[in-house]
Amino acid sequence: MTEVTLNNVVKRYGAQQAVHGISLDIADGEFVVLVGPSGCGKSTTLRMIAGLEDITDGEVAIGGRVVNDLPPRERNISMVFQNYALYPHMDVRENLGFSLKIAKRPQAEIDQAVREAAVILGLEDLMDRKPAALSGGQRQRVAMGRAIVRHPDVFLFDEPLSNLDAKLRTQMRVEIKKLHQKVGNTIIYVTHDQVEAMTLADRIVLMRDGHIVQVGTPLELFNAPVNTFVATFIGSPPMNLVDGEVTNAGMIRLTDGQEIPVPSAARAGVSVGQKVQLGFRADNLSPVGHGVFEDGEAAELDLAVSLSEPLGTETLLFAELAGIEVQGKMLNPRPVSPGERMTFRLTLGKAHVFDADSTNAIRSN
Amino acid sequence: MDRNKTHRNRRRLLKVLHFLGLFLVMAVICIPGLWIVLNSFRPTVEIMAKPPVWNPSFTLDHYRAMFGGAGEGGVPVFSYLWNSIVVSVVSTFVAILIGMSGGYAFARYRFKGKSGYFVGLMLFRAVPGVALSLPLFIVFARLGIIDTHFGLILAYVAMNVPFTIWLTDGFFRQIPKELHEAAEIDGCTRWQAFWRVEFPVARSGIASAAIFAFLTSWNEFALASQLTRSVGSKTMPVGLLDFTAEFTINWGGMCALAVLMILPALILTFIVQKHLIAGLTFGGVKG
Repeated sequence: MTEVTLNNVVKRYGAQQAVHGISLDIADGEFVVLVGPSGCGKSTTLRMIAGLEDITDGEVAIGGRVVNDLPPRERNISMVFQNYALYPHMDVRENLGFSLKIAKRPQAEIDQAVREAAVILGLEDLMDRKPAALSGGQRQRVAMGRAIVRHPDVFLFDEPLSNLDAKLRTQMRVEIKKLHQKVGNTIIYVTHDQVEAMTLADRIVLMRDGHIVQVGTPLELFNAPVNTFVATFIGSPPMNLVDGEVTNAGMIRLTDGQEIPVPSAARAGVSVGQKVQLGFRADNLSPVGHGVFEDGEAAELDLAVSLSEPLGTETLLFAELAGIEVQGKMLNPRPVSPGERMTFRLTLGKAHVFDADSTNAIRSN
Repeated sequence: MDRNKTHRNRRRLLKVLHFLGLFLVMAVICIPGLWIVLNSFRPTVEIMAKPPVWNPSFTLDHYRAMFGGAGEGGVPVFSYLWNSIVVSVVSTFVAILIGMSGGYAFARYRFKGKSGYFVGLMLFRAVPGVALSLPLFIVFARLGIIDTHFGLILAYVAMNVPFTIWLTDGFFRQIPKELHEAAEIDGCTRWQAFWRVEFPVARSGIASAAIFAFLTSWNEFALASQLTRSVGSKTMPVGLLDFTAEFTINWGGMCALAVLMILPALILTFIVQKHLIAGLTFGGVKG
């Protein structure tokens, strides 16, 4: 069993604090993604788990064993780096087998393990090449192969896909997910790309400024963001946020005087006069006749489209609502000309209300 | 059509001028060396002849005299060669060992006063060697290490270390730190990570630092002429002086010894050249 436990982990560089007391329990075999904007402390956290960075305060345990004082080599982990960090003077075979060679395993065992890894990652034809003679995707695969050869307790990935072009990134994302399904180890994966986080993770840990903002499954973060930061970080396009004030009629009055009912899910949590932000995703704002409409509460808005982005099966529409540019989605699209006025339907059952001061989500329960 | 033609002509002319310039520069660099090699094979009368003899004769007399022992202006060549080799090889080895450690420390570790130390080292390098010769002479004389291999090696190591640190620091800096981190995660100690990963990757850089250090020691004259006295410790550059007498200079013999001095350096450079050119073309990480 190799669960990873972080208990109030702190990292300080002189006076500057990079990680503020993070606590996290990662279950055996779980795929956890640390995601956040640059400088949020996600990489530092990963490097502390790896042992590449000293832990200022708190405890890191791998498989129930506190590893604070152990060097990386005694933690039984593998790591895939953003720049792959392949050994340039060794060919692929030597790169893959390096860890076992250092561990002084018998040659036959090394060969066997290297062969297995090569088969899993489709590297058989590249075994005698040096890293310089490999393409980006191949290097990436070798880096992953080097990680799986030694059968570690935990895999650590530090933005492994950010150096690849968009197409390859999508491919490798699938391969990483397959790899996880095949080997089933605990994986901790750092990225700044919310799409990677959404698609790969069993659980997402969203960080900002050295703090954990929200932990949960991708759908939990998508459907129930705890604040506007999560709401705008997760999901593409980001959630629309419109400023308003709660009136005594259970409505939100937008800055232009327009009124929208408070979604029932938030109704008990708001008070009259409270400044709020109404949040909704593009999927839930569609021109009438061009959306997936669910029964239930909704508001109709008359908006002028300023820009349309046809994507094939849907078209992204940009319009201004109370002085803020919002995005909507049009299914079964028809051509839209700029300036055209359309009636949009806003599905309130999927909308969120956030307190304008604290940015926290307001829910009734 | 016309314009194309003039353009082509101009390009051709530029090319010719280019080559002419290169030829002149190469001539300036190569002719002294060529002069030494050619004259080592000519009888002394011809070297000094006025007007010059345009159709030279070939003789091995100078080499015969040089290797022939102390008779007839002969110089103890083998002793000098041996001294040069011992001093240069040992001082290079020690300087590389120290310089590499220093360069690695500057490239990888953070410590107080780092940039100060670095500038200090470079400043030390800026002091001309000759300026140090008198103080060194006095100190070495007191310590009784004048006219010994050890003394000269010590001086050369001190001279070469700053430069070696500066060079290797640059090479280690180019190696991403993830490489040793990956090695440490793969099970290496810090020491193993250095020897098995970073050192091999930087070896072309270290080789070039070594050749610079070696050539500096091999060719050094000013300090060696002060710190050595006898056949037991004189190096080849100092040995060249043996060919000058009060009123005469044995040009032929001097040239022959100079050729002997050039050869090992040339051979060594050829051997290491492959490394120098192979350079730092590594692709383990994507830039």
